[in-house]
Amino acid sequence: MSARPDMALIAELVPKGSRVLDLGCGNGEFLAYLREHRQCSGYGIEIDDANVLACTQRGVNVIQLNLEEGLALFDDQSFDLVLQIETLQHLRNTEKMLRETARVGRIGIVSFPNFAHWPNRLQIAAGRMPVTRALPYQWYDTPNIRVATHADFEVLARRDGLRILESFGIQKGAAVRRWPNLLASVAVFKFDRG
Amino acid sequence: MPDIGHVTPESMHFAAPLALRSGAQLRDYTLVYETCGTLNAERSNAVLVCHALNASHHVAGTYAAPDGSVLKGSEGWWNNLIGPGKPLDTDRFFVIGVNNLGSCFGSTGPLQTNPATGAAYGADFPVVTVEDWVDAQARLLDALGIDRLAAVLGGSLGGMQALSWSLRHPERLRQCIAVATAPNLSAQNIAFNEVARRAIVTDPEFHGGHYAAHGTLPRRGLRVARMIGHITYLSDDAMEAKFGRERRAGAKGFSTQEIEFEIESYLRHQGDKFSEYFDANTYLLITRALDYFDPAREFNGDLTAAFAAARCQFQLVSFTTDWRFAPARSREIVKALVDNQRDVSYAEIDAPHGHDAFLLDDARYHGVLRACFDKLAKALA
Repeated sequence: MSARPDMALIAELVPKGSRVLDLGCGNGEFLAYLREHRQCSGYGIEIDDANVLACTQRGVNVIQLNLEEGLALFDDQSFDLVLQIETLQHLRNTEKMLRETARVGRIGIVSFPNFAHWPNRLQIAAGRMPVTRALPYQWYDTPNIRVATHADFEVLARRDGLRILESFGIQKGAAVRRWPNLLASVAVFKFDRG
Repeated sequence: MPDIGHVTPESMHFAAPLALRSGAQLRDYTLVYETCGTLNAERSNAVLVCHALNASHHVAGTYAAPDGSVLKGSEGWWNNLIGPGKPLDTDRFFVIGVNNLGSCFGSTGPLQTNPATGAAYGADFPVVTVEDWVDAQARLLDALGIDRLAAVLGGSLGGMQALSWSLRHPERLRQCIAVATAPNLSAQNIAFNEVARRAIVTDPEFHGGHYAAHGTLPRRGLRVARMIGHITYLSDDAMEAKFGRERRAGAKGFSTQEIEFEIESYLRHQGDKFSEYFDANTYLLITRALDYFDPAREFNGDLTAAFAAARCQFQLVSFTTDWRFAPARSREIVKALVDNQRDVSYAEIDAPHGHDAFLLDDARYHGVLRACFDKLAKALA
């Protein structure tokens, strides 16, 4: 996530002063944002060397781990909030990580590209895999190994006994609360264990 | 990048006795140390660098030959990391290297005179621990007028000292940087140390540690000890890449006692070199200090409880192919710190060299340490 309006929208879901675990924290930008604007503290988890370095340069706590190996390092309910911002689509073990997110965090926030956004639907209807701003890759070079829709996530969350506290879409830096599965390129969910 | 240039060891004598964890005490003692860089007016930019098994206070820079040129081979053991413009930048930090008690490089140890007998301590030098070293280092800082360190940095056994600093003197450091280290040694690790010690102790020239009185040295034991150590500091892959099954030029073939393979030649060479400059009693003492380090022990093995005392920020680094101080051991420390909600960052460097990687110049590794020190310099400014 790079766009600051997107960050601001998601940050509004974050209770002030939260202890945060950011799974797949990238260059640490969002954690730094939360530290500054929401007085949060905590850690980012990253696998990529360059991102780990970027976090260290930014002064964001970062722990280099492979998320596919799980979150054994972290106790049950040990964080106020666990984030998966634009991370879920890169994970093989998506459902396990979702359960781990809900185990470690009292609240979880997930965001990912919504595959059911209408331009994607059009491109699929035309017989091609979509290439858009939110999904800028060709099918053969995409790092996204999972594609899901806003509606799909609701189904998975229900299946895993998660309670959705809030959900919306983001399109061009604005929240989409009406028909987000059709009108938004990014899906955002805030949930707990119910 | 330029080096710091010539450095000169200094020494400081401490007349007050030091109570050791063993219950024994050192009546008085001397610490040899080196500094590079300049202590700022606030006395806030000091970084203590702790050494591992066979190193010393000579962390960076060179020694001058009588004619003022660089004494050959006199580069400090962490010269690739410490110096002007280097990750630990001596233009910004005041770096202190201290030779630990029990060592053979100038601080009070088995080679020095025991005031009680007038002869060298030899095997009578008391067992010293990581905690004893840290307390002795703290007294040196008192004498230098440094209340609070910017950082304590160490790798391997040096990393254990850095961790111990964060627990014994939590208010006296801002940042702990512990590289390729562990919260204690595993049984396998103690086992390697014990084989090395047995090699030394069973050398007929050892004489119960009083070899000096017999005018001899247990070189054979030291050689074997070093050979074993060396094997464990390298990864299987690194050894394969460097030596493989390469035969030594001129090998006789089908001998049992001659050198046939290059790896044998290398290990023997390393052992020979080591046995000429390292003291056997020091080897026993330092491997014991490694064995005994276990901050969780006082807390029924609960590392999280042990780290509740820590206050500083932590940077941990491990190397994927280090099987002697494996990444899993660093993760144990990370977990204990996370459980205590301490500030910690952890980098797991995918380097092929095994434990030795902590002494090598790897861009990712040095990049992380540079970023860590940059952050520290900004916080001090």
